[in-house]
Amino acid sequence: MSRSAAASRLTALARKETRQMLRDRSNLIVGILLPVVMILLFGYGLSFDVTDARVAVVMEESSAASVNAVAGLIGSEYLTPIWTHSMVDAEALIRSGAADAILRVPADFTRNVVSGAGELQLILNGVDSNTAQAIEGYANSAVMTALAHRADQGIPATSAAGIEIVQRLWFNEANDSTWFLVPGLIVLVMTLIGAFLTSLLIAREWERGTLESLFVTPARPMEMVLAKLAPYLVVGAIDLGLCLLAARFLFDVPMRGSFWIITVSSMLYLLVSLALGLVISGVTRNQFAASQMALLASFMPAMMLSGFVFDLRNVPVAIQVVSRVLPATHFMGLIKTLFMAGDYWPQILRANAALAIYAAILILLARRTLAKRLD
Amino acid sequence: MHAVALYIAQTLALIRKELLALLKDPSSRALLFAPALIQSLLFGYGATYDLTHAPYAVLDLSRGETSREILARLDGTGVFKRVATLGSTSQIAAQIDSGDALLVVVFPPDFESRLAGGSQAPMQVILDGRNSATAGAASAQVAAIVAAYNQSLGTTSPLTIVRRAWFNPNYESRWNLMPAMIASLSMLQTLMIAALSVAREREQGTFDQLLVTPLRPSQILIGKALPAILIGLLQSTIIFLIILFWFGIPMSGSVWLLYLGLLTFTTASVGIGLSISAVSLTMQQAMLYTFMLIMPLMLLSGLLTPVRNMPWVLQIATYANPLRFGIDTARRVYLEGATFGDVAPNFIPLLAVGAVTLPLAAWLFRHRLG
Repeated sequence: MSRSAAASRLTALARKETRQMLRDRSNLIVGILLPVVMILLFGYGLSFDVTDARVAVVMEESSAASVNAVAGLIGSEYLTPIWTHSMVDAEALIRSGAADAILRVPADFTRNVVSGAGELQLILNGVDSNTAQAIEGYANSAVMTALAHRADQGIPATSAAGIEIVQRLWFNEANDSTWFLVPGLIVLVMTLIGAFLTSLLIAREWERGTLESLFVTPARPMEMVLAKLAPYLVVGAIDLGLCLLAARFLFDVPMRGSFWIITVSSMLYLLVSLALGLVISGVTRNQFAASQMALLASFMPAMMLSGFVFDLRNVPVAIQVVSRVLPATHFMGLIKTLFMAGDYWPQILRANAALAIYAAILILLARRTLAKRLD
Repeated sequence: MHAVALYIAQTLALIRKELLALLKDPSSRALLFAPALIQSLLFGYGATYDLTHAPYAVLDLSRGETSREILARLDGTGVFKRVATLGSTSQIAAQIDSGDALLVVVFPPDFESRLAGGSQAPMQVILDGRNSATAGAASAQVAAIVAAYNQSLGTTSPLTIVRRAWFNPNYESRWNLMPAMIASLSMLQTLMIAALSVAREREQGTFDQLLVTPLRPSQILIGKALPAILIGLLQSTIIFLIILFWFGIPMSGSVWLLYLGLLTFTTASVGIGLSISAVSLTMQQAMLYTFMLIMPLMLLSGLLTPVRNMPWVLQIATYANPLRFGIDTARRVYLEGATFGDVAPNFIPLLAVGAVTLPLAAWLFRHRLG
């Protein structure tokens, strides 16, 4: 009897929450449209791959050797030359942001090449260190190509034995940054729904006083929590589907782990994220504070400190501790592995156990904030 | 003359009221300034692309002098830390899969004999590509170490590239990121404050009262915009001081130019926020629209990845994004010592956004009565 009463209360409450969610169109905009926009922006907009670097070329002498040396660089599909007449012009290009680097062929280049010590000068704008390093890499490989070309012509490239590096990049063979950004996108979208939708829920009811009316009904706090989570779990599941489809078919990111493990883990993280939103909401009891907290305590850390773009191996220990506390960090590592490497069971079990513990704690906390107390 | 004095006095009264509404409560005061402080410290340490800790595993099948020498040089960098010494190729996968090692270095059995025989000896490097930026950085460092070793063997190349990096000689990514924070962290909250300012009054019904006072729309606009701009600039100042004094990143440009850029940028952001506020009927709508906008604004700003790596359609879209130009101005003035002439083009889109959104908001105050 009491069990069926609880069940009917729960469905009634869930129906109420669903209607409230559907009534306000802005909820659907954030719940469905924003994830679609994010998928497109992340997939196409974020990229570490430098494909069009502008290099100001200063030729202080013109000879067959110097033209050859520069030709290798200019031939690179990733570099666009801007021909300039002097270092002064080239510097002006760097300062105005019209060029990313300067390649200078010094006046005594040919003479030095003949004596076996030719030097090209590459000056980079180091502000964006990623781009600078990429250009340096392209320049180095272009020079190596030029050397190989000389070797083909019978001029020895190197005078003695040496070590040659044979490199293999596992999991991301194409060295395409989209591959690691798109799985991370799933984490951000799941975080977003919790942070931006559920975080306002209880706060709004406190502000409007409707929570106090709920208190006089037989509805139990736990039922209220579950009823509030239910409609957003559905929205989150739709978003997850969109993300997976986009990852697979729009961005061609490999999905090497099993589909079901990806889905189950993602739903578990979604639950954590929604419950965190409810806790924020219940603690602040104020929509303005709740939205600020959600942005600052949930979304920004998930973007900056979860290992989404910034590798956690590189950060100081204190920051690593902060990162480990974030549920997003556990899910970020897992989802990247599942997409790019495959089912690696120790990590699957560890991360999902962590997420399950977070979910349990947060749901209990959310329940506490809804304890029937007026103060 | 009297009219001007009255105009100013009325506007100041409104500004005072707005500032009181924002600052009177200690917890909301804390919410305005503590996050800027905490985030700039957290992200200052946490948001880095610099390779500082690269755990590696070794499979040395040659067991020779040279492989030992190369490993010693790797360890000598302080960046590479050996976490495992493997006995067979079958152990490689576990090291990479678990993430215990970022890379595995393999010396084949004939490594030493090939070198002794005067030919090229391959050394295999297997990298975990789950974060291709980290893998790329590790690969570049290994390449540099091997190149240095080759040079010590007397292997000279007839052609070398001498590299110099301006403005950020050691390629520290924090230098690139932190000045961008001056603009982006403060925008998060100023946009929200502006977006909620009118929406809150609409929801509580006090906005209609404001509209029937003798205040003109322009006064309401100034009264709503200035407090948000002030708070934005204060937040930027907190972040700026942390970068300058805590992280000690040298400032090359003029403080005045930086603030002129920030003022223009913050005004444009507040204009966007107030326009959102003017179309929203409730605080909730205002917040949701703000979230809707913050994401694209952050992603298409060049904060995390350069604008130039984007496809050109998105590059064009970034012209409507004040954050892109706010970040660019802050970075170039701070790090490159850019002069007004260098960054002047950035002011055009910023002023354009402000010139469209601020009058639009003022117009919407009166014409949106839900």
